[in-house]
Amino acid sequence: MDWQFWISVPILIFLPFITPYHAIATNILIVGLFATGFNILLGFTGQLSFGHASFYGLGAYGTGLLIARLNAPLWAGMLGGVFAATIGGVVIGYLSLRRSDVYFSLLTLAFSQVLYFLAFQFRSITGGDDGLRGIPVFTPFGIDLGQMLNMYYFSFVFFIAMTYMARIILRSPLGKAMRAVKENEDRAIACGFNTQRVKLISFIISGIYGGLAGALFAINLRYVTVDLLHWAMNGEVIFVCIVGGVGTFFGPIVGSVAFLLLHDYLQVAFTRWEMVVGMILIFFILFFNQGIVGGIENWVASYREKRAARAGSSQGGGN
Amino acid sequence: MLHGEVIHISADLLLLQAFIGLSLGAIYAMMASGLSLIFGLMRVVNFAHGSFYMLGAYTIVYLISLIGNFWICLIVAPIIIGGIGILIEVTGIRPLYGTEEFNPLLLTLGLNYVFVDIIRILFGLGGIGSSIPQGLTGMVNLGFMMFPKYRFFMIVAGAIVLFLVWLFINKTSIGMVVRAGTKDNDMVQMLGINIRLVWTLVFGLGIALAALSGALIAPITGTIPEMGMFIVIEAFVVVVIGGMGSFAGSIVAGILVGEVIAITNLFYPQAGTVAIFILMAIILLTTKAGLSGEG
Repeated sequence: MDWQFWISVPILIFLPFITPYHAIATNILIVGLFATGFNILLGFTGQLSFGHASFYGLGAYGTGLLIARLNAPLWAGMLGGVFAATIGGVVIGYLSLRRSDVYFSLLTLAFSQVLYFLAFQFRSITGGDDGLRGIPVFTPFGIDLGQMLNMYYFSFVFFIAMTYMARIILRSPLGKAMRAVKENEDRAIACGFNTQRVKLISFIISGIYGGLAGALFAINLRYVTVDLLHWAMNGEVIFVCIVGGVGTFFGPIVGSVAFLLLHDYLQVAFTRWEMVVGMILIFFILFFNQGIVGGIENWVASYREKRAARAGSSQGGGN
Repeated sequence: MLHGEVIHISADLLLLQAFIGLSLGAIYAMMASGLSLIFGLMRVVNFAHGSFYMLGAYTIVYLISLIGNFWICLIVAPIIIGGIGILIEVTGIRPLYGTEEFNPLLLTLGLNYVFVDIIRILFGLGGIGSSIPQGLTGMVNLGFMMFPKYRFFMIVAGAIVLFLVWLFINKTSIGMVVRAGTKDNDMVQMLGINIRLVWTLVFGLGIALAALSGALIAPITGTIPEMGMFIVIEAFVVVVIGGMGSFAGSIVAGILVGEVIAITNLFYPQAGTVAIFILMAIILLTTKAGLSGEG
């Protein structure tokens, strides 16, 4: 997990020069940040939220509304967006976690639908399906965020800070409690963990990540649309995590690269790209459950095992 | 309906809307009982349930254009789609039993994308219009009011089908295995019963119910590729309200949700969908496991 973090820093510094154009690299970071938060909940706490678009949308609308309607400065806007997502996380988390497993998934989905309809209906405030416009180009510390590369490195700072934060959280006692809940909730209860509280905290944390990603989305595109709250967005973040590798540190960003490049290439070549997304998801679920990074991790682990087995000649052919 | 600033809603209109709610409720109850049967027995959340509803609608509209006889098509369409459901259970979902609980949900999510796009490719992005079959057009006199004949037919058809499913679950030997399996699958298997076969059968039955719901609604709403997207979420809400895995709960909750939507539509049409989510939140906060207390 540690090496994955340190490898990601230099790779991400050069990412915009590898991708077909700079803008896509910014999107990769934003979706990657969203998915990193989602992965804390799914990959490390074992809870499948089907309504994480709520936080992406709350973050984006919180930021967008404060800036476009109340002329708030950049930092106040972003803080407001993250705050909205946090409050959303507390309320939705408290209600949804009254049920466990798949019931929980369905409840989160239901709440994200409610938010979608609210954003759609109150078009005088949110702009409805025309979207919320009027977010200006910001120049924090004299850096013009209208320039694509500047926006990328602006997001990069947040991304690295938040993944470093995730590293701290996952290594803390809280992180260990999360994994205990994931492995066996009954056992975790028997060990004296307040699993309900662990799940709620994990839910709120992952909501904060989603909210910050949404805030960056609003600053980046200077536009917020109800699509951010659409249920398809819940599917997208799940897709990103599954393909990248659920429960791996680097998985969400790899999944995000795969998803956005796929989106970019396929949409030009083949209009029905959602079908390809569906087929890839089915393929990964059936045959490659550990995802790309999970697969690499397994490969590395088995390679190390083999080498260790060869070194200690007493053990015959490790597997 | 708007006269000045006061909304006048007569008792007649309220009654009419209540009956329309009942016809919606029949659809919700069939959708939800299929979902609930599948979930209760094999713990699979079938996210593609709305796609099968959509496939049922497209199949009947297409079959009617070929054969012409509504009644034959109404029976054949669910059988075809139920067969596809069985094929998917055997090839796709069976390998996932015993893995992470949410894997089948994610697989069916993937299927959802694929089905919707296949239909877009075959039948185009726009919808296909459809008309109410001959003999079911016009109004029927219920004695106390006039009511659209086709909607009345939906209520009757829903009631008959759900009664047959109830008979199947409660009065047949396979149904006994289903009921026992819903309580404890391992125990049923230990008794030497091939429960996997029953699972496949129940999956097919649940899918056929979804397809039948779609086939019934198609003559009044027509079809679009995305028609299953919202109803699957609404059906989930029904199942959560009724208590997951409870057949009776699904039916009661289905009718309740149909009524809530129909009545809200009368007062404030935009709020219909939000109203059922609020209803769900109230049920969740006040009960332990939905109306039925099971699951």
